[in-house]
Amino acid sequence: MALHNPWPDEGNTGHIWDEDLRELDNPPPLWWMLSFYAGFIMIVFYALYYPVIPLTDGTGEHTKGMAGWTQVEEYKDDYKVLKDWRKAKFADKEEKLASMSVDEILKDEDLKSYAVATSKMLFGDYCAACHGAGGQGNPNFPVLADDDWLWGGKAAQIQASITNGRIGNMPARGMMGNLTDEDISNVADYVIALSEGKGNDASVAAGKAVYTKGMCLACHGPAGKPLAPAGAANLTDQVWRFSSNRDEIINVITNGVNVKKNGVYVAGTKQAVMPSFKERLPNADVNIKRLAVYVHSLGGGQ
Amino acid sequence: MTTENQSTHQEASHTASVLDEMDTSNKNLQNIGVELLPVHTGGTVHAKRIGGKFRTFKWWAASFWIILFVGPYLRWDGHQAILFDLPNRQFHVFSMTILPQDIWILAMILLFFALLLAASTAIAGRLWCGYFCFHTVWTDVFTWIEEKIEGQPNKRMKLDEQPMSFSKLKVKVPKHIIWLIIGFATSFSFVAYFVDAFDLWSRLFSFEWGATETTIILVLGLATYFFAGILREQVCIGFCPYARIQGAMYDTETVVPTYDNERGEPRGRMKRAKPGEEAPKLGDCIDCNLCVAVCPTGVDIRLGQQFGCITCGLCIDACDSVMEKIKKPKGLIRYASLSEFAGKELPAIWKRPRVIVYSGIMAFAAGMILWGLATMSPMDVKALHERAPVFVQMSNGNIQNKWVMKVVNKGNMPMAAKITVEGPEGLEYNLDRHILDIAPGNLGSTTLFVRIPRKQLEGASTPILIRVVDENNPQVVETYETVFIGPEKR
Repeated sequence: MALHNPWPDEGNTGHIWDEDLRELDNPPPLWWMLSFYAGFIMIVFYALYYPVIPLTDGTGEHTKGMAGWTQVEEYKDDYKVLKDWRKAKFADKEEKLASMSVDEILKDEDLKSYAVATSKMLFGDYCAACHGAGGQGNPNFPVLADDDWLWGGKAAQIQASITNGRIGNMPARGMMGNLTDEDISNVADYVIALSEGKGNDASVAAGKAVYTKGMCLACHGPAGKPLAPAGAANLTDQVWRFSSNRDEIINVITNGVNVKKNGVYVAGTKQAVMPSFKERLPNADVNIKRLAVYVHSLGGGQ
Repeated sequence: MTTENQSTHQEASHTASVLDEMDTSNKNLQNIGVELLPVHTGGTVHAKRIGGKFRTFKWWAASFWIILFVGPYLRWDGHQAILFDLPNRQFHVFSMTILPQDIWILAMILLFFALLLAASTAIAGRLWCGYFCFHTVWTDVFTWIEEKIEGQPNKRMKLDEQPMSFSKLKVKVPKHIIWLIIGFATSFSFVAYFVDAFDLWSRLFSFEWGATETTIILVLGLATYFFAGILREQVCIGFCPYARIQGAMYDTETVVPTYDNERGEPRGRMKRAKPGEEAPKLGDCIDCNLCVAVCPTGVDIRLGQQFGCITCGLCIDACDSVMEKIKKPKGLIRYASLSEFAGKELPAIWKRPRVIVYSGIMAFAAGMILWGLATMSPMDVKALHERAPVFVQMSNGNIQNKWVMKVVNKGNMPMAAKITVEGPEGLEYNLDRHILDIAPGNLGSTTLFVRIPRKQLEGASTPILIRVVDENNPQVVETYETVFIGPEKR
């Protein structure tokens, strides 16, 4: 800004940069001022037409403008257009989902990716609370992204689990309830050895005997591997249903899973219930198939 | 010009730098010796056109802009050779298709040209303004047309003063029509880089232009007419930010058209001395004012460097033609630097710090452009690692990670992308689809599961490599380095 003003008489403000760039004090043009004042007039009509006044009437309703227009109504209208468009666009895919079995859906690449893409929100709403957002599980709730399945990892088996729910059962202190604390300690060592692949070592022979005595093999199978998926954990693999911690294993054997007395859970027992979703899910018929395909593709489907 | 001004100039020409002996502690313009040189603000500048070296060079430089008009009609492989297809988000430049993923190259191109502007300005003044700038070129062509229709400057000035009449309109209207046609051709050609040119023509005659096309062509066409026809030098003086910025890129070694004050002054008409009288001692300048008459921005170069000067060299042509007639050496006005007049030798171009820094950055940008274009693959691969869970323990003790693979086909041919994974021994992987068939410009995606035995994992993260090959065109290979996440080593 120059102190020296070479143009003293032209009505500049005295603000001069770069030799000759100067700020003049001219009034705005007429058209500009007219539109400025027109803005003030416009706001009056605007306030009458649209819901401008931030008050409620006696009934708790907001004050409406003369047009009766609201933002949320406009949103709902727009959303309906989108929803109808989506419904029309994917009508044939939805029909196929309804008519085909889960195994057929899995074979149809296009339909499978459609089912997976449309399941994310359902899974988040209905499954993620227990099984985690990506099927990663939670303490006491099974991981869905691995290949260890208590009730079977085929798509149809997953569909059945979601439809009817699953309630596992493990009696406390063996099938007959006849295991002592020492027995349980021994069998816990045996179970850990099974998982590590050392089930035939001499050091766990006492536990192996208890395994037979407690009739564990009835559900978990003679070699620690259930003969068919019916809710019993595979003891020979590296995935633990509840925990790999020895104290926790002892706790499960001692108190069992879902053990009830007079309809009430016994203290210390593991509560593990998968509810039935055929009543809970909207449009359950199709949505259960969709979710079964989704869970199957999480990482461990068979 | 006052005598005071003249003496300032002569003093300046003897010192090493014009700023050496000045008190620069007070930045008041007068205090640091800045003269307020007049710029032309009254009425249209009607510059005389005369031939010469620089006039010829200006036409050659201007002819560069013919490319703008021809470019949209070049074809390549059945499509427009240069087409910036914004709705489909792809730029076609001959055989190349540039997708938004490669747009960083554009930043490098802009950087290169910005520094080219800086470097050329530091060496030889406003080369861009004087010879290449579209405003200079268009104004030059517009005034050339004006001269063809209305005649020499004195005739034009007379015509401007006349009151409006039928005979005046008869001269003026055709000129404005031609100007408007050029304006339309300019804006049409510009838009034709963004939509197919032939399509744009055919839709013009069936009145099917969209609102955007119509608005841009009308506004840009009228702006061309208004800027090059009416505003002319006022754009350079009053609007253009480059004009002001470029002045700051000068130093005392920059060569610009300069009047040789020492040789020219005192100026005056040559007179034969009367007998008995001593001939007045005059410089070479005969004060013919031709240098002012030819200036497209209406400045007087004899006042020294000034920002009204776009360094187009036309005053050099004018002065040289006069020097030839009066049999004096040419170059009273010539490309020269302040150092030269101070008697200093110019350092070689590659020894000047400005040039070194500017061309260093230019070389970097050019290198990045070349590298970008050379390594630009028609395939773009992204692998998104699953976050919940980051890893899963499988029943046999292996650790599994999950990725969503996204492969974009940026080329013009259908792609069959085959995905393979390399990593530590024992690595297994499976994919929903082993080969992705992707149409040009489309995206294919699949889920990738990788399993590695736990004992093979070094720690929480193990590097692995995903390789994607286009089976249709096996030299197209993209690799994606990522990490496999596992439990912490216990």
